Formats: sequence, structure tokens, C-alpha cells
Amino acid sequence: MLRYLALKIGRALFVVWAAFSLTFVLLFVLPADPVDLLFDPAEVNAVPPEVREQVAAGYGFDRPVILQYLTRLGHALTGDFGTSVQSGRPVVPTILDVLPSTLLLAAGALALALVIAFVIALAATSARRAWVRDLVEALPSGAVSVPVFLSGILMLQIFSFRLGWFPAFGDRGARSLVLPLITLAIPVSGPIAQLLVRSFATEFRSGYVTTSWAKGATRGGIIVRDVFRNAGLPALTIAGITFGNLIAGSVITETVFARQGVGRMTQAAINTLDVPLVQGTVVLVAAGFALINLIVDLIYPLLDPRLRAALATGRAA
Amino acid sequence: MTDPHADRQDPLLRITGLVIDYRAGRRRWTPAVRGATLHVGPGEFVSLVGESGSGKTTLVQGALGLLPESARIRAGSIAYSGVDVTGWNDRRMALVRGNYVGFIPQDPNTSLNPVKKIGRQVIEAVRFNEPEARDAAQHRQAALDSMRTAGLKDAERVFHHYPHELSGGMKQRALIAIALAGKPKIIVADEPTSALDVTVQKVILDHLVRLREELGIGILLVTHDLGVALDRSDRILVMRDGEIVEEGPVRRVLENAADDYTRRLLDAAPARHSGRLEPASGPRPLPGREVLRARGLTKTYRLRGRGPRRELRALDGADLVVREGATHAIVGESGAGKSTLASILAGFASPDSGTVHLGDRELTGLSRRRLREVRRDLQFVFQNPFTSLDPRFTVSEIVAEPLRAFGLARGRRERTARVTELLKAVALDEEHLHRLPGQLSGGQRQRVAIARALAPNPRILVLDEAVSALDVSVQAQILRLLVDLQAEYGLSYVFVTHDLGVVRLIADDVSVMKDGVVVETGPVEQVFRSPRHDYTRQLLEAIPGAGLAVAGAR
Amino acid sequence: MTVELDALAAGRRAGFARPIAGRLGELTRQPILVASWLVVLVVIGWAVAPGLFTSYGPYAGDASASFLPPSAEHWFGTDRLGRDLFARSVYGAQTTLTATLLAVLIAFGVGTLVGLIAGFAGGIVDTAVMRVIDVFLAIPSLLLAMVVVSVLGYSTQNIALAVGISSIASFARVMRAQVLAVVTQDYVKAAYGLGVGRLGVMLRHVVPNSLSSVIALAALEIGTAVLAVASLGFLGYGAPPPQPEWGLLVAEGRDYVAVHPWASILPGAALAVVVIATHRISTSYRKDHRR
Repeated sequence: MLRYLALKIGRALFVVWAAFSLTFVLLFVLPADPVDLLFDPAEVNAVPPEVREQVAAGYGFDRPVILQYLTRLGHALTGDFGTSVQSGRPVVPTILDVLPSTLLLAAGALALALVIAFVIALAATSARRAWVRDLVEALPSGAVSVPVFLSGILMLQIFSFRLGWFPAFGDRGARSLVLPLITLAIPVSGPIAQLLVRSFATEFRSGYVTTSWAKGATRGGIIVRDVFRNAGLPALTIAGITFGNLIAGSVITETVFARQGVGRMTQAAINTLDVPLVQGTVVLVAAGFALINLIVDLIYPLLDPRLRAALATGRAA
Repeated sequence: MTDPHADRQDPLLRITGLVIDYRAGRRRWTPAVRGATLHVGPGEFVSLVGESGSGKTTLVQGALGLLPESARIRAGSIAYSGVDVTGWNDRRMALVRGNYVGFIPQDPNTSLNPVKKIGRQVIEAVRFNEPEARDAAQHRQAALDSMRTAGLKDAERVFHHYPHELSGGMKQRALIAIALAGKPKIIVADEPTSALDVTVQKVILDHLVRLREELGIGILLVTHDLGVALDRSDRILVMRDGEIVEEGPVRRVLENAADDYTRRLLDAAPARHSGRLEPASGPRPLPGREVLRARGLTKTYRLRGRGPRRELRALDGADLVVREGATHAIVGESGAGKSTLASILAGFASPDSGTVHLGDRELTGLSRRRLREVRRDLQFVFQNPFTSLDPRFTVSEIVAEPLRAFGLARGRRERTARVTELLKAVALDEEHLHRLPGQLSGGQRQRVAIARALAPNPRILVLDEAVSALDVSVQAQILRLLVDLQAEYGLSYVFVTHDLGVVRLIADDVSVMKDGVVVETGPVEQVFRSPRHDYTRQLLEAIPGAGLAVAGAR
Repeated sequence: MTVELDALAAGRRAGFARPIAGRLGELTRQPILVASWLVVLVVIGWAVAPGLFTSYGPYAGDASASFLPPSAEHWFGTDRLGRDLFARSVYGAQTTLTATLLAVLIAFGVGTLVGLIAGFAGGIVDTAVMRVIDVFLAIPSLLLAMVVVSVLGYSTQNIALAVGISSIASFARVMRAQVLAVVTQDYVKAAYGLGVGRLGVMLRHVVPNSLSSVIALAALEIGTAVLAVASLGFLGYGAPPPQPEWGLLVAEGRDYVAVHPWASILPGAALAVVVIATHRISTSYRKDHRR
């Protein structure tokens, strides 16, 4: 058990470290002159050479790459990713400022997406008529096919401009959260629903379901008592993908609805080539991904007695 | 009812003229069951025998209302104690299933919910099938009673186990407990023991017989194994292509089968034959000097995860001697290490210690290149012909593969000629040359696999359960083919099997394995007539079809 | 006499080879699949020969015809500069689809190769490759693509490159899983036993049998890549404004969505229809393959 824990934590730390190194290579080593990236692209040619040198020295670009890397890594370990080029504020507080708003959006959208996905899977499994099932099963595919920016704009058009039910932009109050939440939940629910529909169908055909039929159980009873837990488990395995979808979706959702948040901040940081801020965000996202996969790895055995047994005998060593 | 004998008791289950179709396309249906009629009375043990594709499982699913959605009942009726349940919906059938008819499924390993404890699964079966509500303690008591009736001695302990913590036999008993929990009048068992070892099979089937006697319930046993059916039934039904072609008391069917197919099935059953099969070409050559010798083979598998208990000792000092032109059978139940031994002999795995000699060449520890040379002399036939042939290759490409790899036939024409010759040797003709494995039957595939193994002109064939996945009638043909090929090419066989009945037909020598050790070895007649080891005796007693052997010997 | 039994068993399986006529007949019973193919073929036509589908040019504007609603003359209406939006969508197909194709080719080529090497070599190579893939999977592909584009510079080619690089990991993972599944198959073991070398086994058995499900993924990935390319275009990382590109078209219309909704919704809807069509085709391929 301890070994298992250590292995999983080690992997998670490796992912975060590698994300840091990868972004370092991409952002600080690959560009011909990283100093260029530190200025607004429109003004870069107007900057006097002595200012450039001063900035380069300030960021340590005049030193060997390996030293720069080690310095940055050392600082990063203490939670210091440098200062934002645009605002001049340290990167970490800048991100932490906007993080709650994105967390709220993402958590809400995830909850909604899970509800949608389970409703679709249950409806598809309990449907007796083939055409109803086909129709329901087509929904997730549609959900992932409509671009987030289009569904966002459609929502705005219908519910804000036509019906006036919800505010179109901004992040004041709970009502302003409704449209972005739905917009983000739709594409996130798609892959989860597809997986659930498939695993519900597989489990519904499995041997122990036949045994339950033979016991005299009813369709609803079988779905609730037998299929649900076995079929729900695999949804955890795509938690990482879901997290990625939430992040990618929030970039666009926050842009469309002009909401404050990590996604919109990232977009702005990339537009202005705010290198330290971009690196900080990417590492944060990778850390989030690693953390979520770690949690899944740790709780999965609790839900599946077969895995739990395998781990318990491992601990006997 | 207009039945003049209305006062006579109705049978527990009566199926009349049942026709079940499968959807083959839009508005196209192919029949799987064509007008089957059968009945099972109280306290009666009836067996339904058929090979794969005969429609026996579909018939049973139809009787229980468990047909998949792609199937429909087109005609006929199903009645339990005179109540016609044909066309009942799930809700009404739920009242019949469990408390009128209990079902024992085929594979105990997939038929229990993996995330629920056994006790809860049995309690559910109790709860669904009682007329008035009772409290939890009574449910628990009823479940434990049912588990004890099913032969689980320490029911209290098993109650708190998850399915994966039990052996196959225990799981099947748990499923019997579930079937019994609703206090049914009839139990339908679909191949309840085909996933289990012979010794376990015997115990489970004997227990079913006892249940019938003690509880007076009717039993309908579905099986592919004529021997199993004959040993215990009052009546047997033989099914072929969706029709019941034979019905009658066991003794009558054995002595005087009315149907031609039944007689062929009886003839194909290994238990029917008392001696070894003789090749068609005449007397077989006498076994010569030893060609393959294994000494002190040990193999330990490390399972995922660490610790002393995560190791599996598959082989524990196994010895084996194979004589030239002879068949050496390796028998044992699952986990005995026989497949590990076979794959070490064939060079697919290497032992932790011990040696294998082919003639005077040592096989163990050879480099990849040297091993390849040895493989010209030693070939392997896999158990499952559905996985051992690349689905994208045609028959001629499959058989030509070793010719190409060993550079045995120069040029396309020579290769085609050799492939045709090999196919002829296994009784396939040229029309099969360009078929894909998916277009062949199981028996034909196994013939292709044998032709492929023969291509480099080997001296030894290692056959790993090579006939176990096949129907009896096909199995009989393949065994005959193997005997003929042996005489023709002077081959030596290492024949791995769990089926002692087959051993008698084909082998000269036999080694009995248990837990990675060879417990007994010697000439077949000697081991069968006077087994020295207890385990061998146990195995011999568990062979189904004792009745068949008697009838066949007459 | 027992040979009859075998022949009979074979007869029951003879329905396997489906003649082409039968397949076509089956297709007509799946109207949505047929429609999906039509959509994809039409859009490919847009990309290859846009002039055949519209008489307007993508840049020719008529300032007096600003923001005309959809009509028989202007199917998708016009934009602020009076340019025909249908024409811009037709011409935009070229930009978007070329980028998509390039992205999928990069991801498919590199990903498949990496997955094959990892799965076939096993051991330390496999572990190393998988840990690297973990890292790429840990960064959401849109975010990774944004970073890559920001380093390479804004252009459609770079978008293609970025989307391609960010989906290498998923191809590699699927290919590796397939290879691992195929390598344990009996027929692969059999081939070794028949004297076939490692390279021969890989080329003759492992690659052909692993590739089919990766191709199914590629079909699915085309839809995803179209979305990714358009999303990056929407965020403004693609072609500079006058050039027509689907994501950019939606972004340009977005500022006027309150008053002239069609300007961004119709090009966006065209995009959505194309992605839905590719999804439908890819699922049909997967189902077909499973038989």
C-alpha cells in the first residue's frame, strides 16, 4: 500500500516537474531572443538597446541556459514563478486572484455535466424502444461536436438578448453564472456520457445481470442495484480528460462571456506574451491534472473490492 | 382447460412447438429454435444435449424470458404448471423467475456481481421472492439456510466474502444458493460446470442430483457433454439445428437411439471407446528411443505487486520423457502447470531452473537465432483456433508463413504447391486456400493450424489443449487426423489436456500433474488400470460417461 | 460421415463475406450516415474548388450591403463590410480543412510510431515513453496549442502544427494499448514459433492488426481537430483578419451578435454540422470494424 502510494505521488511530482521543464524549453530556450517576448509585440522595435540589456540582465537571460533553468526551478520550488511582465505583480498571487471564479465555474459545470451524463446513460439503458435509445445515444456526440464558442453565442442570443432572462456579460451575482455554466457543461458532459452509455450497455449484458433477472429482479431494480455502481466506476478513469476539457472550455467560455478567470487571464497572457504568467498557469494546470489523477488512483481501490484485495496483499510484504 | 385428463398434474415446465428467431437484418429473421417441445415433471432430471449452435441456450433463455432484444418468439408456448407465460412482460415474468423457476448460469466467474458480498446477493434473491415482508434477520437466516442447502459448509464465512475471494466451485455453489433462495419448483441449469475442473464438476452435479431427491424439484440440465447427461438424467433430449431430434429415457437412447445424429454423437464421445485409436493406414509403428527430455523444470511467476504471497509456483521440478513416434499426454486440472510446461518445451518461456533436451541438443538458454533453428523440429498447436490464426491472413498465407520464414520453398509456385499438399494432408482442399479464418468453422481452423505446424517438417508437435475448444464430433475428427498424421510422418506428440477420456484415445504415455509437480507417469494402460496416486484415481472417477463406456463395450 | 458435420458448420458461417451490393443497400437504410458523407464531400469540394459553389469572392465587399440578413441572394447574409458570408465560409473551408488535415497527419504519424515503439519494445523504453506521454496529457491540448502558437507565431500553419503536436499523446496511447493487446495474441506467439523474426512479426502481424482502431481514432480526431483549429482561430491565433477562416468568421460576427445574430451563428452552425458529420462517420467505422 505504501509502495503504491509512493509510486503514485512520485508520478504526480514528475508530471509537474516535467511540465515546468517543458514550458521552460518552449518559452525561454526556443525563442531566438526571449527578451523580445517580454515586450508588447507592437513596441518591440522601439525599445532602446540599453533597456533591452537591462531587462535581459534583470531576467538573467545573459547567463547560461542551465543556470537560468536551475535558478527558475529553485524559485518555483518555493512558489515563486517570477513577476508578470504586464502587471509587474508576482505570478502566483495574480493567478490566485482569479482562481476562485474559475473554480466556481468549473465545479458547477462539472456537477451539471455529471448529471447530464448519468441522465443520458440511464435513459439509454432503460429505454425499451430502439429508436428512443438511438436518439439518446446520439446526444453526447452532438454535445462534443458543437463548438463551445458557438453554443455560448447561441445562449447569449436566446437567453440574454431575446428573452432577457440572464445578464449577457460580467461576473456579478449568481444569475451571471447560469449561462457560462451550461455552455461549459455541455461539451464536458459529452465524453463522460459516451463512456457511461457504453459501460452501462456492457454491464447490462453481463452475466451477473442475467443472474439478477433470474432472481426475479425488475429492470429498474437491476439498473439501480447492480449496473449503476459497476458502470459508474469507469467514469473516474477519464477524470483527467474531463479536467482538460474543463480548462480548455473555460478559456473560451470566459472569453465569450467576458468573465474574469484563469482561462481568460491565460489567453490575455499569451496574447501579450507574458512569459512568466504563461509558465505559471501551465504548471498550475498540470499540477491540477496530476492531483486529480492521484486522487482517482487513491479512491478507485476503495470502490472496487478486487483492487482493494490486491493492494492489501501487497501490504503484507 | 379442455384436456380430458385435467385432473392429472401438469408438468412443472411444458414447452410446446417453440420457434425463436434472431434478427438477421431489417425484417429478416433466422430461426435458432424450430418448433421445440419438451416437458419436465416434478422430481425429474432431464438433460438437453447439443453442440454449439444447436439452439439449446436460446431455448432456455426463451423459457425464462431472458432472450436478448435481437430475438423474438414467433410461435409456440411456454407453460409453468399449466400457466401459459408466453409473451409476458418483464414485470410479470419477474414473479415467475426466482420463486417458480431457478436458474444456474454457465460461467460462475462472471455471474456474480463483483462489488457486492455474496451474502447480500443471496439475500436479494430471498427478498424478491417472498409473498409477505419479513425482517432483515429472517432474510439473513433464509439466505444462510439456502447457502447450506447449496453445499456451502461454512456459510457464515462465505456470507461476508466478495466473489473474487472464492474458488470457481464455491462461486457456482453460491449461484446455486441464489437459485434455491426463492424456493423454486424447477431449476434450469445452463452448462453449469463447463467452466469448472472435472473433479469439481462431479461434486456439483452430484449435489444437483441430491437436491432433486431431497427437495423433489425438477431439473433441466443443458450441456454439450453427452457423458454428463447420461450419467445422471432420467430422460435426455438431443438438440440439433434448433430441433429436438431425440427424446427418451437414458437407457433407451443408449441402447437404441432413434436418430442418426444421436448415434454419431454417441460414437464421437471419447468414453465410448475403450482402447487407442488406430491409424487408417494400418498398424502404428512402435515407439522408439527418446526424442525430448525435460528434467527438473521449475518456473515461478511473479504477480503484480510485491511480497511473498504474490508469487505463483507454476512448475516445481517437473520431469518428462517423450519417445519417438509416440504420444505423451500431460493431464491435470487448471493451475496444474501443464500449459507452462508446454510453453517451456516450445521455447515460448524459459524455466528458472532445469533443462530441456531435444535429441542431444539443449533447448534451454538458447539465443533467439539458435532457438529458431530448433523450432524447425518442434512445433506448437494452440488451444483456441479462433485466436491462433491472424484474422487478416488467408489460409494460404497462414500455411506459407513458416515456409517463408525458414526459407523452405523457393518461389511462389513451389510454395503454393507445398501449401496445397499440406492442406490435403489435413483433409482440406484448394477451395479453402483463399478463405480468411473468419470464414472457416472451428474444426477447419484447427486443421489449418495443424497444417501450418507441419509445414517445416517437424519431428515433434506440442498440442496445448488442441481439441478442447471443439465440439465432440469435430474433436473426434481432429483426433483421428492426428493419429493418421503421426503414422504417416513418424511424429511425436506432447498432448496437453484436461480430458482423461481423450488421453485413452490417443496417448501411449501419460503424466498426471498437480500443483506444478508430475505426480504419476507411465504407459496409459498401466496408469488407467492401476493408478498409484490418489489424485489420479480421483481424476479417473470424475470422467463423465461411465454409462457410455459400459454400453459401448457391449 | 462425420465430415458432413464440419461442412455444415462451415455453411452456417458463410454469411460473413458481404457483397458490395449488400453494403450499398445497407447504406441506403442509414439516411443520417449518407447525409454525413454528403456533408463531408461537399465541404471537401468547398476546400478544393470554392469557385464552383459560390459566385461571390471572399474579399469582395459592398459597403452599401452591410449586414444584410440571409436571403436567396446571400444565403448566410453579409458582414459589416458587405462581404457575402456564405462565400467566406466556402473559402474558409480551405484554410480550416488544410490545417486540420495537417494536424491529424502529424498526430497520426508521430503518435502511431511512438506508440508502436513503446508497446513493442516494452520494458524501460515503454516506461520512459509513457511518462513523457503523461506529461503531454497533463497539459490540456488547447492550452498546449496556445503556448506552442505563441512561441511559433500566429499563422494557420502554426495552428496546424500546434494542434498536431498537442494530440500526439492520445494517438500514442491508443496505439500502444492496441499493440500491447495484439502482442499477447496467440497468433503473434504462433508466428514466433514458426520462425518469423521480430521485425517480421511486427510488420506482418502487429502493425496491421493494431492500426485499425487507430484509424478509427483518426476519423474521430478529424472532428476534434476541426474544432481545435477553429477555436484557436476564434481566439485570434490563426490567419490575420481579411483571410476567411471558420473560427475567425464566428469571432468577427460575435461583436454584433445582439443585433445581427446570423453573422456569427450561421458560419458556426456550418462548422458544427461538419463536425457532427465526421463524428457520425467515425462511429459507423468503429461499429463496422467491431464485427
